[in-house]
Amino acid sequence: MRTSTGGRVGQYAALLAYLVFLAFPFLWLVSTAFKSPRELGSLHPSWIPEDPTLDNFRQAFDEQPLLRAAGNSLLAALGAALVAVLIATPLAYVMARRRTRLAKAATGWVVVSQAFPLVLVIIPLFLVLKNLGLINSLAGLVLVYVVWALPFALWMLVGYVRAVPAELEEAAAVDGAGRVRTLVSVTAPLLAPGIVATGLFAFITAWNEFFFALVLLKTPEKQTLPVVLTHFIGAEGVADLGPLAAAAFLATLPSLVVFAIIQRRITGGMLSGAVKS
Amino acid sequence: MTLVTATKRSARGAPRADGGRRPPPDHGAWFLVLPALIPILVLSVGPLLYGILLAFTDAQSGRTQPTQWIGGLNFRDLLHDTLFWESFRIGLVWAVGVTVPQFLLALGLALLLNQELRLRWLARALAIIPWAMPEVVVGVMWRLVYNPDAGVLNETLRDLGLGDGRDWLSGLGTALPAVIVVGVWAGMPQTTVALLAGLQNTPRELHEAAAMDGAGAWRRFRTVTWPALRPVALAITALNFIWNFNSFALVYVLTSGGPGGRTRLPMLFAYEEAFRYGQFGYAAAMGCVMVAVISVLLALFLVGRLRGGDDT
Repeated sequence: MRTSTGGRVGQYAALLAYLVFLAFPFLWLVSTAFKSPRELGSLHPSWIPEDPTLDNFRQAFDEQPLLRAAGNSLLAALGAALVAVLIATPLAYVMARRRTRLAKAATGWVVVSQAFPLVLVIIPLFLVLKNLGLINSLAGLVLVYVVWALPFALWMLVGYVRAVPAELEEAAAVDGAGRVRTLVSVTAPLLAPGIVATGLFAFITAWNEFFFALVLLKTPEKQTLPVVLTHFIGAEGVADLGPLAAAAFLATLPSLVVFAIIQRRITGGMLSGAVKS
Repeated sequence: MTLVTATKRSARGAPRADGGRRPPPDHGAWFLVLPALIPILVLSVGPLLYGILLAFTDAQSGRTQPTQWIGGLNFRDLLHDTLFWESFRIGLVWAVGVTVPQFLLALGLALLLNQELRLRWLARALAIIPWAMPEVVVGVMWRLVYNPDAGVLNETLRDLGLGDGRDWLSGLGTALPAVIVVGVWAGMPQTTVALLAGLQNTPRELHEAAAMDGAGAWRRFRTVTWPALRPVALAITALNFIWNFNSFALVYVLTSGGPGGRTRLPMLFAYEEAFRYGQFGYAAAMGCVMVAVISVLLALFLVGRLRGGDDT
């Protein structure tokens, strides 16, 4: 379609405005992370740090147990991603291929769970996990994260399963391959990239999560990165800006890297899921 | 998560490619389903029902006597709890204040990204950055932006000669608008991607035909794009409203509900009630009331939209 030159210029200007709005807070975070305390105290902060320093990073690691927190986050996120993919893939397969009452109920749960109010779930969850002795434990947190990541994982996987033509499986069956054989040697390889993308998304979801971690993890040794980050902010709301920015920047890097890897797949997967079926 | 259900709903009406075939009954399916079903029942459906029951008890944390049924007493107390209703009102202002601009801005961005612009790939990648960030980091980031001395907002205002700026997050009048801006920023990517998916669903030929007939951009949007986009737009708006009303981490990090409770969203209120004061039963009742009111509001919104929708 043709657009006038003036229209084009307007469009680029609008796009630029959007990008500035979306990008500037992050750039400011990075800038603050590299500023010296003297510059942070001055009344005229600039975009480019005058004498960039790594002191904030050093101080951040001194003030809070960031490494241990990152380790906890990593364990919780890896555990959640692996378990979620392991149990979601079979269910997604059934939801995509069969139209049983069970598959419909699962689809209904995926939709309804989006509207779940966390308040109503967290109190009973807290009590249940307490009875199981899983409060203040990463295992308990992983369990919660698995269920929490499941709706989105299911949605993504159902889309990927649908993209594998059922005819391929039927052809394999005609050739005499059993159910299991068909799944393992025909469906699974085609599904693998989708499974990886789903797992990585579950990983980010868990890595970023705050509310459950805040409620369920009591001692500093067990806390995950987002919870520890909030410790940089004092009771009065006063924060040591440099180390806070440095720690927040580091905590974001894994999410950004993983998201960059799966970005195309996520949007692509969603688009195909939307356009199809 | 957004897109998921949004697109799902929109897709529901469409005929299925494999519609005619009926699979044979299959008992093996149970083995595939069970590993996911058990955690869902134990950790999602179960707690939800348990939570509703708790609302009718006097459950408290760390107490020695057994918990008792108290019927609707929690709800009667809640009815007269002015602090809760004030928090509820703030929650509604926040949810509407975030959801509406979020939708409008995301729609504009999605329309732009749907054009054949250069550097579109870069814009698409950058536009979803906020989605990848931990909510806590988003909160921290905007605290730095809003910081009265070292923040970029006040510095920009000073540079433009618009005064010395202010302490946005602790001003009684500015705190809520300031956190609303952050809410809009944080939720834009999901909304944009969902709307973009909907846009790519609109028939291109129709668009071109309308352009040939001399329809301007606005008319083309109203007569071709919007009708195709509407189901996705409705679904994503409804979901955004629910998510925003239930949001917690952003405001917890930005203001923890202050100053003077001006940004105390219902989720923060219920969290404090449950885990600071240990009033499990009362907090569960709050949760029930929140769900009930939000469901009613959403039902009204969706019914109204679907009815009056034919001409828009």
